[in-house]
Amino acid sequence: MSAHNDSNPPEPVDLSNPKLSRFEVYTEGLRRDDIEIIHYEPRFAKPGTKAEKRMERIVGGLFLFSGLFATAFVVAYIWWPWEYEGAATWRDLQTWYTPVLGTTLGLSLLFFAVGVLTWAKKLLPVEELVQDRHDGGSSSDDRKIAEATVDNMVEDLGLKRRPFLVKAALLGAAPLGLAAIAPLGALIKDPGDMLTVTGWNAERHNNGEPIRFMMRDGAMVRPDMVSVGGQITVYPAIDHGATNEHPTSPVLLIHLRDTDAETLRKNLYPMYQDVEALWGNFVAYSKICTHVGCPTSLYEQQSQRLLCPCHQSQFNVVDNAAPVFGPATRHLPMLPFTVDEEGFFIAKSDFLVPPGPAFWNRPSLPEEDEK
Amino acid sequence: MKRRKGTSDSLLTKAGGELDDRFKLAGPARVLFNKVFPDHWSFLLGEIALFSFILLLLSGTFLALFFEPSMAHVTYEGAYVPLQGIEMTKAYESALDLSFEVRGGLFMRQMHHWATLLFMASILVHMLRIFFTGAFRAPRETNWMIGILLFWLGFFEGFFGYSLPDDGLSGTGLRIMEGMTVSIPFIGPWASAALFGGQFPGTSVISMLYIIHVFVFPLLILALITVHIGLVFAQKHTQWPGPGRTEHNVVGFRMFPNYVMKQVGFMLFIWGVIGAMAGLFQINPIWLFGPYEVSVVSSASQPDFYVMYLDGLIRLFPAWELRIPPYFTLPPVFWPGIVGMGLSVMLPLLYPALERRFTKDRGHHNLLQRPRDNAGRTSLGVMVVVFWIIGVISGGNDVFAEKFDISLNAMTWAGRIGLVVLPIIAYYVTYRICLGLQQHDREVLAHGLETGILMRDPNGRFYEVHQPLAEPDEHGHTELEYNGWVVPKKMNRIGALPPADKGFFKSIEEPSEDGRAERRDEIESGKH
Repeated sequence: MSAHNDSNPPEPVDLSNPKLSRFEVYTEGLRRDDIEIIHYEPRFAKPGTKAEKRMERIVGGLFLFSGLFATAFVVAYIWWPWEYEGAATWRDLQTWYTPVLGTTLGLSLLFFAVGVLTWAKKLLPVEELVQDRHDGGSSSDDRKIAEATVDNMVEDLGLKRRPFLVKAALLGAAPLGLAAIAPLGALIKDPGDMLTVTGWNAERHNNGEPIRFMMRDGAMVRPDMVSVGGQITVYPAIDHGATNEHPTSPVLLIHLRDTDAETLRKNLYPMYQDVEALWGNFVAYSKICTHVGCPTSLYEQQSQRLLCPCHQSQFNVVDNAAPVFGPATRHLPMLPFTVDEEGFFIAKSDFLVPPGPAFWNRPSLPEEDEK
Repeated sequence: MKRRKGTSDSLLTKAGGELDDRFKLAGPARVLFNKVFPDHWSFLLGEIALFSFILLLLSGTFLALFFEPSMAHVTYEGAYVPLQGIEMTKAYESALDLSFEVRGGLFMRQMHHWATLLFMASILVHMLRIFFTGAFRAPRETNWMIGILLFWLGFFEGFFGYSLPDDGLSGTGLRIMEGMTVSIPFIGPWASAALFGGQFPGTSVISMLYIIHVFVFPLLILALITVHIGLVFAQKHTQWPGPGRTEHNVVGFRMFPNYVMKQVGFMLFIWGVIGAMAGLFQINPIWLFGPYEVSVVSSASQPDFYVMYLDGLIRLFPAWELRIPPYFTLPPVFWPGIVGMGLSVMLPLLYPALERRFTKDRGHHNLLQRPRDNAGRTSLGVMVVVFWIIGVISGGNDVFAEKFDISLNAMTWAGRIGLVVLPIIAYYVTYRICLGLQQHDREVLAHGLETGILMRDPNGRFYEVHQPLAEPDEHGHTELEYNGWVVPKKMNRIGALPPADKGFFKSIEEPSEDGRAERRDEIESGKH
């Protein structure tokens, strides 16, 4: 039966015997739970010794310290100046509000914890017990009875004799299950052209009028606002053009040096040559990374690279912003643009290819396969 | 004094009687009180997760009283001067208010975040313990699978949680999730539109994540934790092999009072540590990041550590895009992001079944294995750990590149090569180490302990004196069987040396008078 019982198992005791001590009744309980005591002795052989008293004092002290710090926490929580009043130095009390809360609450909990643990480790009896596991399924009787019960249930229901009912129930339950999850369909929305059309689409957002370049603060952008070698982020000058409502619209406008612009003009893809995407030495790239859509906001003038800080895709500014390193596979789309009669930058059209991360049915132009 | 004690005793008896009359508790309560638990420090790792989770429920409830999951636009006019007058969402504004204008709000926010990190970290370490000791084997496969599901629920629960404040960093995280979602073939754009209510970022995702974060997932996690612990209770804990311990018994101490007291103490200890961290160490200072704008991000944008390995894999994956013109594209992020995550869920989930299949081991196991005794599994585990660590490091490769002045591209390439090569090397090295440790155990059992005492025989040959662990035969060999537990490797393990004095500030055990201290010196200097 049990593996550890080499010696004789303890005999059951007669619980009605009035002479039984408390410990004998208790060990009878252990016996009934298949537990045997291997080792069980008080931590201190003689109760009330100096060492025991000392340990008691330590544990008691820990609890009292815990209460002290808990009180300090509550007091600090209520009366310590906490309101944020602008930049503060370490001399201002409110700087210390959160650290004081953490220290007092933390110490209070730690003192109580150490108190409880010390009680358990230094004052409770030393004990080692062994209990039977009774692992590995029920007895064969129980299994047999359970099997018969289930068979009987199946018989009562007549599952075998009434196959039509079973099939009908399944056929009825399947649509019922669908009905349960169908309301989730309220979430489904046709993505439409959300991934392909941006805020630069004049028909959609500006009644067909060309859309100007706008800075974050709403100022329109003129060529003299970007120095040679400089770059700014521009947005379509439409309603909420610079907000998250038009997440694929932000564009990086770069004023290239003469030599760099020359290199770029030489490298320009045919589709951008056809629409004359550049204006002078200016080029406008979508700021949204073609990998997973972070803004490629780090511009390194020396190497003419744009870097996306999320996954380190790098794009060559003087070669159509084609990817040169990292996980991105496509160039940053160029926004074809020019300058209107009032001297402001305007977009000639929307991006020729969709900006941002790729998706399975993303329309690709043959020219785009630059390799 | 005695009298009072008597009355309190009978009060307890009376209360117990009233309870038993109604709920019939005496039998089950006795079984519960007396249940025997085995003792080993590593059995408590999972408990850290449980205690952090309780704290997460408490601190999260506090935060939910003040946080408004709305993406409505407002102009910030709160206490934090640098952001005054800036347009932002209500969610970000209320998260800022929680940090600056709610008494103790910052403390609670930081407690919630630190508790999350501890929750995930302890799940990981607990999982390693279970894996390397073979505790997941039959009959406990179900509980292993529940544990894996708990990790992934925690993973998304945490990700959704730090996405809620709608600050610059969390918006970037959502953006990456969107990029991953649209990469799924056929349903990608539709899935993304459903998630964000149209185009990213939309105006609804925060309130959707909120209800998932504060209701759906906590409920699921709570339910699974309940089953997890219930199964540990019902199936009884595994135990290390050792004297008197078999597959059919549990050796340890009783649930009450010993185990429960240690649990309560440990729980308070964990809470104390998290509480102190919440007050002393800053975490996720959202006011520095500003509101989320699609065109703004900074370098050193890292997710929380448990998401980092996935981000690292996405960084390392080469620019391989499958294009079938004109109308099919499979973006590179699909492989590490979607397939990688899917495998990270499925492989651990199925591991117990796979191991059963390949080792044809159909038995029940209640005794743990030392990692060295199952070299194949241990090496596989180390391989995965190395793979994971490279992923985590690569998730912060821009920070490493900057701090250590390494080329960013070199970091990426080191990660790519490392991800393929290092796990294989780790497998081989671990396997050899395991075999070496096994062999050394057998050696000690056959020849005895190394005493460190060198002798020279009359022929001039040097040899080391070995202390056999049993009466040796005529060749000096002992026939001792390895029983899956620690083999003593040092002389003081078998009581040859008196233990060194204990005590931190002053010696607790005074040197005894029978000259044992001198004996120790003599043994150490090789006179015996």
